[in-house]
Amino acid sequence: MTAAIAGAAESDLGVTGKSVLALQSQAVTRALADAGLTLRDVDGLATAGVSRFPAAQVADYLGLRPAWTDSTSAGGSAFEMYVARAAQAIDAGQCSTVVISYGSNQRSARSRSLGGAVEPHVPEAQFEAPYGPLYPISYYAMAAQRYLHAYGAEREHLAEVAVAAREWALRNPAAYRYGAGPLTVDAVLGAPMVSSPLTAADCCLVTDGGGAVVLTSLDRARDLPRPPVVVLGYGESTTHTSMTGDDDLLRPGSFASGRRAFAMAGLRPADVDVAQLYDSFTITVLLTLEGLGFCGRGEAAAFVGDGRTRPGGAFPLNTSGGGLSYNHPGQFGVLLLVEAVRQLRGECGDRQVQGAETALAHGTGGVFSTHATVLLGADR
Amino acid sequence: MNEEIPVDGVTRPWWEATRERRLTVQRCLECGHRQHYPRALCTGCGGTALDFTDVSGRGTVDSFTVVHRAPRPGLETPYVVARVRLAEGPILLTRLVGADPSAWTCDEPVRVAWRPLPDGRHLPVFAKE
Ligand SMILES: [Zn+2]
Repeated sequence: MTAAIAGAAESDLGVTGKSVLALQSQAVTRALADAGLTLRDVDGLATAGVSRFPAAQVADYLGLRPAWTDSTSAGGSAFEMYVARAAQAIDAGQCSTVVISYGSNQRSARSRSLGGAVEPHVPEAQFEAPYGPLYPISYYAMAAQRYLHAYGAEREHLAEVAVAAREWALRNPAAYRYGAGPLTVDAVLGAPMVSSPLTAADCCLVTDGGGAVVLTSLDRARDLPRPPVVVLGYGESTTHTSMTGDDDLLRPGSFASGRRAFAMAGLRPADVDVAQLYDSFTITVLLTLEGLGFCGRGEAAAFVGDGRTRPGGAFPLNTSGGGLSYNHPGQFGVLLLVEAVRQLRGECGDRQVQGAETALAHGTGGVFSTHATVLLGADR
Repeated sequence: MNEEIPVDGVTRPWWEATRERRLTVQRCLECGHRQHYPRALCTGCGGTALDFTDVSGRGTVDSFTVVHRAPRPGLETPYVVARVRLAEGPILLTRLVGADPSAWTCDEPVRVAWRPLPDGRHLPVFAKE
């Protein structure tokens, strides 16, 4: 049995003044309405970032008693992982309608800290935190430094990722930077340095936000109001948590997760019409492009260098404006899925990729710790 | 750099060696694999018989970043956080010291230096070779 996404929606975004559970409720009810379903239809729930028992907490709040839940804790990639788990649960007959949801009020609540939260019992508390790395920025900064050194790339190549994201955000009325005007390479380079070589403009936004998608069987989705978005394949890789746990900074888990997802779907990178790649930092995008095989190792700087990923370019990337210019509510993975779904349905207005039939969403969590790739297709 | 760094039963010998300014890594008695941070098992073979062995204190800068915003009070910026690849293989997160923050490059050789901690332990940092 094949699974499909039958509904997708954002919660309020930006600075909302709302609670996490209020944002979750918005996302869930809007996604269900989009799918032509109600809470009564939901028998599966996957969510993260709420409390100690995320799915149970949200189920309680929504008045659900689901037959299947998942709260796999993997940061920004968890939601792509939930798609895989949900497709399997639906296929196994454990449940029939799964909501994957997320909400965060981190900007309103000012809950983000530069050092992250290191629990005293984990090895990082002894062997990393004493040195004062910013978490997660300093890890990505070291990956970026190594990238520039190993491949002879320039900070301008990193900056292009942020510039392209802004160009897309200017076409997305829901984007935090919609109306902010274009971003220039010079502005990225001249922004305050946070953890070299990354400036504040190489880093994702800190916003409130959330979203939800509804999964069911493809057969059932065909009877629902919206065009089904078919789950074509998925793959994951979990590699480390500590900043020294991966031997090669330039070979993150996306190499493995992408290979697995493409193999399952029977597709190649060239088959992807539109890609939503987690852009926690500009370097995240360059390494993920290489990991997923859209270009070779060391080639991503040149790949993005000619405006290829900007609106009108040959490789439409992060068409919402991404975490850099659209929204970043702490864990961005669910919003990658929402944008992929909308592109495949042709709902994206000024930023629509004409004729998009195959989309890829790639989530990244922690310090390149967790990776999950999902391939989605129009039901044609 | 930090008032109270935790320690546990597995990591205690590593920290105790720092009182004598000795840098060690864990060595597997079954397969010879060297690893850092210290663990209750060998990530090479799964063996549980391990000891600690002194290392040369020499390595190279795998990568680094100059931190300009302190993650907590009491840290003076800028400072240089780095991954140093020891000559013996394992990678440490550390600081680079003794040079201007703008004076570092990847792959340059470094040697261990020590920062005293209030409790008599020392924190390994690295300086230019
Ligand atoms: Zn061993």
